[in-house]
Amino acid sequence: MNVVTPGEKLTAKDFTSDQEVRWCPGCGDYAIVSAVQGTLAELGVSREKTVFVSGIGCAARFPYYMATYGFHTIHGRAPAIATGIKLTNPELDVWVVSGDGDALSIGGNHLFHLLRRNVDVQFLLFNNEIYGLTKGQYSPTSRVGTRSPSTPMGSLDNPVVAASFALGSGARFVARSVDTLRKPLSQVLKRAYEHRGASFVEIFQNCIVYNDAVFSSFTAKDLAADNQLHVEDGKPLLFGRESNRGLRMKPDAFELEIVTVGENGIVEADVLVHDEKNHLLASMLAALQPPAFPMALGVIYCDPAPGYETNVTAQIEEAKANSPAADLNALMRQGHTWTVKG
Amino acid sequence: MPTISAVEHDGSKSARQPLESVVVRFAGDSGDGIQLTGSQFTQTTALARNDLATFPDYPAEIRAPAGTTFGVSAFQINFGSRQILTPGDEPDVLIALNPAALKVNLATLKPAGLVITDATVFTDRNLRKAGYTANPLEDGSLSKFRVIPVDIARLTLEAVKDLGLTQKEALRCKNLLTLGLIYWLYDRDRQPTIDWLEKKFAKRPEIAKANIAALNAGHAYGETMELEGTVDTYTVPSADIAPGLYRNVTGAEALAWGLVAGAKLAGLKLFCGSYPITPASTLLHILSGLKHYDVVTFQAEDEIAAVCSAIGASYAGALGVTSSSGPGVALKTEALGLAVGVELPLIVVNAQRAGPSTGLPTKTEQSDLYQAVFGRNADTPLAVLAARAPSDCFDVAVEAVRIAVTHMTPVIVLTDGYIANASEPWLIPDADGFAVPPVEFRTDAESFHPYLRDEKTLARAWAVPGTPGLEHRVGGIEKDFDTGNISYDPENHQRMTDVRAQKIACIADGLPPLVPEQGNKKGRLAVVGWGSTFGSISRAVSNLRDDGVDVTHIHLRHIWPLPSDLGDLLRGFDQVVVAEMNQGQLLTVVRSETLVAAEGLNKVTGQPFKISEIEAAVRTRLES
Repeated sequence: MNVVTPGEKLTAKDFTSDQEVRWCPGCGDYAIVSAVQGTLAELGVSREKTVFVSGIGCAARFPYYMATYGFHTIHGRAPAIATGIKLTNPELDVWVVSGDGDALSIGGNHLFHLLRRNVDVQFLLFNNEIYGLTKGQYSPTSRVGTRSPSTPMGSLDNPVVAASFALGSGARFVARSVDTLRKPLSQVLKRAYEHRGASFVEIFQNCIVYNDAVFSSFTAKDLAADNQLHVEDGKPLLFGRESNRGLRMKPDAFELEIVTVGENGIVEADVLVHDEKNHLLASMLAALQPPAFPMALGVIYCDPAPGYETNVTAQIEEAKANSPAADLNALMRQGHTWTVKG
Repeated sequence: MPTISAVEHDGSKSARQPLESVVVRFAGDSGDGIQLTGSQFTQTTALARNDLATFPDYPAEIRAPAGTTFGVSAFQINFGSRQILTPGDEPDVLIALNPAALKVNLATLKPAGLVITDATVFTDRNLRKAGYTANPLEDGSLSKFRVIPVDIARLTLEAVKDLGLTQKEALRCKNLLTLGLIYWLYDRDRQPTIDWLEKKFAKRPEIAKANIAALNAGHAYGETMELEGTVDTYTVPSADIAPGLYRNVTGAEALAWGLVAGAKLAGLKLFCGSYPITPASTLLHILSGLKHYDVVTFQAEDEIAAVCSAIGASYAGALGVTSSSGPGVALKTEALGLAVGVELPLIVVNAQRAGPSTGLPTKTEQSDLYQAVFGRNADTPLAVLAARAPSDCFDVAVEAVRIAVTHMTPVIVLTDGYIANASEPWLIPDADGFAVPPVEFRTDAESFHPYLRDEKTLARAWAVPGTPGLEHRVGGIEKDFDTGNISYDPENHQRMTDVRAQKIACIADGLPPLVPEQGNKKGRLAVVGWGSTFGSISRAVSNLRDDGVDVTHIHLRHIWPLPSDLGDLLRGFDQVVVAEMNQGQLLTVVRSETLVAAEGLNKVTGQPFKISEIEAAVRTRLES
């Protein structure tokens, strides 16, 4: 292991381990690991204080490729393990890497509780709408009708919208990006890192083997501009090739509609302005689905509150302040005792 | 009402018979304050320097309908001037505060035992609820017992009538009146209870006064009025016990303190991730109150998250602890495999209960030994310890910490519902006086990899996140023996599987020689036990030996690995009997590990072994 002298500026390479990457050629995970390595270097974090925790699945191999601390655990349980790590040492920067099956199927309960407790970790959900490692079964985010080895006639169950689930679970930071959108992804990762409390980031990730091009309705080159809405706090919700299409509330119904600036008397002021702290707006944005609407990307919701580990630590400090001389021998001798004389 | 000052009773009024030991069982409705009555009697008895053991017997329901048999709560105490190791087989005295309590508990009472009941509540309605067709106080069915019907409710109301309480509040003092009566019967000092009541109800002095009045009235009832001459009174002299400072301790308390003591000696923060389950939750409750001892507690969303959070804590450099009962431990199984694979210290407390499935959640059984020793996928060895009694939990907890940090392994600690909730006097040890080596985290980056091993203990190097230069990855995938990286190499898997097994096996090398609890190292018959059967076996063997029978008691704390000298010891006996509250789980392990043709003595009624059952089993085997 290299010993880095303090103050030395680390590069993406310094965050890259010596392990051979075992993802399929062309997998979206390559782009994500590269973006994460680059972002950590840009953020100037220290390797020794960074921990990547994962469960099971293709995405879960992620920690092996990072030259930080890493813990590849068991299916779905990474949030619980990360909680134990963070409660033990709140100084550590903990990242959880998960997939749609790991996070929303077997581990759905743990993700829910991680988010509602607001444990200060960055939770990256690589959503490829399929089980890759087990060879192509449909996942909880697969669309109805997905044909897979376990659903030869098409899947029947309704998919979960990961960002909506996160918002419903009480997440204080919900963001989205796409594996190959290096710059927006990096920006989202930085915001997630800076946010104290649980940061939920859904990354649409292409599985080239089992579910290729499943996100092409908003990631294909010719469709991206018209079907990606990059939200930014305080900026109007505009998208499209010419940035002239926008979202506004329908005058007569409680729902969003798409309008075009310059048509039918619509001006930019008619378009909704993104407000990261508006939970209701975030819920509406998270629920938008192509092709009827653009896919909302970027920081959809961010309204910080103290992290769980901060509050747990504060209680412990309070208890210590109230009982400065914690002496186990004294505790065991409190209450009714009696002496037997020899 | 006569006023009685709470002075030391000199016992000179009538001759009290000295008793070596007595078993008293308090029983009543869940709402009758039975557990409180029992614990007060326990404190007072301890102060009288008797040795004692108690057994709280709760109903599974939180608040079953009043007066029903399934709502009966009981508390049994065995106390005496000799060493007391069990809550006693059959009560000498049964205090049954309603017909249901009488119905449920009468069967265990000794012939000619004393029954004290609240005659006021033996109404037609209550008799019906308890399933009686006739009043047992009147139909002669109790003729083989000595029955004292006392109008407890009426006497209580009378005792507190001037204190301005509502009828409901007044009737809540019934248990104190009962307690006063029992104090009179066994010549106990009321002052500790009076002090306790005054402290407990400091903000409501009228309630304290009422309870004290009821306590005194119960005592007076026995002493000055109706009972003089009709009942023998007793005195139980002080027991001959080792000198020192004592307290009563429950298993859950001793376990919690032992874990705190062990973690402190190891120099680690203690982290307990747990999910509520009967009868294990008490440990979480106690540790949650010890935050100022560097204890972090986490009530997780489920059993799996509980163990995983503890594994995360150990990974980050704390001592991870999780606690549960059998069904919850089943859910933790996969995570235990991870902890074995990544070789982190972890303590898993299993307060066993009767199963399968939900089984009898409040009843005691020792049927999770297979689960602890074998219950994981693949070859996944870990250490298993068992506590024998409430106070033993302290020592076992410290030993569990020692093994976990010395060998970098999960350790399962088996207790049970009886051990967790029962209490016994405890010679309070010096918490700093145990041999747990302080943990030295790896900080040297020179030729480091996470599976570098200590040659003697085979423990891997423990490098925690935050240490510069030691960044590494661990996980559930097989690791290379020489680098710690992922390895799918067949020979390497053989080697790693072998070393994991050797690491656990070598725990036995560090154990002291196995010494029988009682009896010779060779002989006609050895009774082998583990866990909470200790008291029953110990007393039975002691009785038999007093009677000249050649029998030895061996009790195991280390269940896996077994002590390496166990086989040699057992081969010194003509017969070996393994007594346990399951269908023969330790028996299987002992037979397979030592090839000694041991036989089982088994019981799964949810109740502890009776001393007499063990005595009879030994005699039968020796006579046949």
